[in-house]
Amino acid sequence: MSHKTLEELHKDAQKVFNELKQNADSLKPKDRIKIPAQEMPAQDPVERATNLEEVALGYTPIQAMVEAMRCIQCKNKPCITGCPVQIDIPRFIDEVAKGDFQAAINVIKENSLLPAICGRVCPQETQCQEVCTLGKSLKDVDKAVAIGRLERFVADWEREQGKIVPPKVKPDTGKKVAIVGSGPAGLVVAADVRREGHAVTIFEAFHKMGGVMVYGIPEFRLPNSIVDTEISTLKAMGVEFKTNFVVGRTRKLTDLMKKDGFDAVFVGTGAGLPMFMGIEGENLVGVFSANEYLTRANLMRAFDREQSDTPIYKSKRVAVLGGGNVAMDSARMAKRLGAEEVFVVYRRTEKEMPARVEEVAHAKEEGIVFHFLNNAKRIIGNEKGRVNAMECLKYELGEPDASGRRRPVVIEGSEFILDVDTVIVAIGNNSNPLIAQTTPEIETNKWGNIVVDDTQKTKADRVFAGGDIVLGAATVILAMGEGRRAAESINKLLAG
Amino acid sequence: MSKIVLKKQLSNDVYLMKLACPLIAEERKAGQFVILQLNNEYGERIPLTIADANEQEGTITIIFQVVGKTTTDLAHMNEGDEITTVVGPLGNPTHIENFGTVVCVGGGIGVAPMHPIAKAFKEAGNHVITIIGARTKDLIILEDEMKEIADELIVCTDDGSYGRKALVTEPLKEICERDPQPNRVIAIGPPIMMKFCSETTRPYKVYTEVSLNTIMVDVTGMCGGCRVNVGDEVKFVCVDGPEFDGHKVDFDNMMARLNSYKDIEQEKHECNLDKQAKAKQSS
Ligand SMILES: Cc1cc2nc3c(=O)[nH]c(=O)nc-3n(C[C@H](O)[C@H](O)[C@H](O)COP(=O)(O)OP(=O)(O)OC[C@H]3O[C@@H](n4cnc5c(N)ncnc54)[C@H](O)[C@@H]3O)c2cc1C
Ligand code: SF4
Ligand code: FES
Repeated sequence: MSHKTLEELHKDAQKVFNELKQNADSLKPKDRIKIPAQEMPAQDPVERATNLEEVALGYTPIQAMVEAMRCIQCKNKPCITGCPVQIDIPRFIDEVAKGDFQAAINVIKENSLLPAICGRVCPQETQCQEVCTLGKSLKDVDKAVAIGRLERFVADWEREQGKIVPPKVKPDTGKKVAIVGSGPAGLVVAADVRREGHAVTIFEAFHKMGGVMVYGIPEFRLPNSIVDTEISTLKAMGVEFKTNFVVGRTRKLTDLMKKDGFDAVFVGTGAGLPMFMGIEGENLVGVFSANEYLTRANLMRAFDREQSDTPIYKSKRVAVLGGGNVAMDSARMAKRLGAEEVFVVYRRTEKEMPARVEEVAHAKEEGIVFHFLNNAKRIIGNEKGRVNAMECLKYELGEPDASGRRRPVVIEGSEFILDVDTVIVAIGNNSNPLIAQTTPEIETNKWGNIVVDDTQKTKADRVFAGGDIVLGAATVILAMGEGRRAAESINKLLAG
Repeated sequence: MSKIVLKKQLSNDVYLMKLACPLIAEERKAGQFVILQLNNEYGERIPLTIADANEQEGTITIIFQVVGKTTTDLAHMNEGDEITTVVGPLGNPTHIENFGTVVCVGGGIGVAPMHPIAKAFKEAGNHVITIIGARTKDLIILEDEMKEIADELIVCTDDGSYGRKALVTEPLKEICERDPQPNRVIAIGPPIMMKFCSETTRPYKVYTEVSLNTIMVDVTGMCGGCRVNVGDEVKFVCVDGPEFDGHKVDFDNMMARLNSYKDIEQEKHECNLDKQAKAKQSS
């Protein structure tokens, strides 16, 4: 695949723009449909596989306007219903097309608090873009209006202009709210509750704020500086941060209310409990959960082998088990850490992979090798207890299961050996049990997720929860949606 | 941020520090530990057992041996200095109850975490027998403190420079042969010592608890880096432990995992020595 540079893409867009400019107001849907979809400028694949810098570079203003002109402003606006927080997508896109980026970001902010993040990590192709009328008419979801890229563009534009104004905070109410966990769910609750004038403290187990967005999702996909901007906005609003504080251990959750005088608590502790395969050899040296591998590389900065005190395993040949974003991130990180060959081993086919399409494409460009319809049977170690191979089995697709996906069925006798020295297990996360174990009043279901009602309230008095700890491993935008609902309930409770 | 309020060198490379951590001092129970990190950008997170605490003063005591980068840097810090990150108290407290006779075996630096546990067993009404051991006389720590608590105290050194010339497993075996047998053994020390203590008590079927100190990263159960095989189950030391039934722990796998990064650390250490040498030459 030829790689077009940012300059080339910009030039192409400029040409289209100049032609469209003359009759921008009279464009008919049939004209719009012909406007070429704008490709996302990206770092060169060979170069980027050795650095941590962001892969996608973002549209230029001209590209953004051309892309926005593709939107036919269709009547039934399916994209809005496809968006988990119902952003008024056609309205913000119309502002982009007109070149009024400030107006565009204002529209997004009516519903979403973290656009620079969501624009980068949302699975748009299964949300707003999946149902987009334009994509449907072109019979290709990749040809839908690039809503996510436009969202990212306007959010970045606002940040780069230094135009972010922290939301207004009402006068102090004298009420205090504790938030446990600083992932997207917690951050959103903090903003919405603080706005009403309540004092807010976020408690975070790690030494840095941001949850999965800083310890899991790598810099090359979501730069930390973006998350830091959101944190500074909260700081400017007067939100307090207590890092290195494990609720349940440093303080019991109920003691936050009984001893420390908090009037309500929000639990957004995420899904951090890595699942393993339960196969032979999984505890050998050289087998890691994706959470461990990525935390070392991202949060603990092991990518910088010189400076970081946290070591990361030296690997030549790496197998990653799984097909989601976490698997893609692990594989691409392993490559950047110097692995010669990285294999993604996934039980189903490419079509069933839950990862964002863009990440899969990027991974392929970077030379990651995919083994579809394969799965690990056992991991084989040497005399020192270190991984030196993995035995795999081949699968074929059988009948659809409850989720409608065709179930992979093992082909008997199809064993083969993959020569690897490292295995990264990225098959999912269960819910972190710490809060539930130390707070008996909270009820959980059989997967360990906290049970809440439709106002996000748990069974414990004045305790709310949301995000992955309620949904199981989900997405940033869903965590944000739950956070907003919880904040509304907390604000209601404290007003009464 | 936690201030170092007291620093004492206990032996050649073993140090005691009291840190101002009021919340941890208030909540902690015998058997729990903290995570410590000296630099929030590039520092590593290492687990250290809480050897003691004083709720009134709001301090906790840690005792550590200089073994890697972080403990070396920590040993260079002084009273009044601040440590960026101290997280805790972590792990489950030791199960304390009046079992009857309890043998507390502490090896090397493991005597430090054993001290509050032995104290708690004594306070619960147990007959407490304490065995403390080290390679050589200089490395024996907290002997007086242990003497105060224990009904019987046995001190051994590998080289015979102090106390009995023996590995801790020898007196342990003798005690298991007594009639009546001890009701419970708890062993804390280097993995190899805990392994052999467990092997020693196995034929006598005396329940033996060991306290594991694996590699850890997040300590909330999120990464699984601390996992060990216990019987047919995989356990996370940071949330399920740190104490487990020694007869069920797969020590060989645990020791291999502890050495995961030995080669890298060695290389880095040599590289740093190299740099220092070069810097010296050029200055
Ligand atoms: C590698 C990876 C890639 C991903 N990629 C995407 C993607 O591309 N798009 C997408 O939409 N989603 C993605 N996700 C999922 C997404 O990140 C999560 O759904 C989202 O972050 C959940 O938010 P949350 O606020 O519920 O919790 P989290 O982000 O998990 O944050 C929870 C926070 O709580 C803290 N905590 C836990 N226990 C305690 C305690 N007892 N006391 C104090 N603090 C505590 C944790 O340290 C953590 O910081 C990815 C996840 C991973 C792991
Ligand atoms: S569905 Fe697509 S074409 Fe229709 S309004 Fe939304 S973005 Fe525009
Ligand atoms: S240290 Fe990460 S799960 Fe225990």
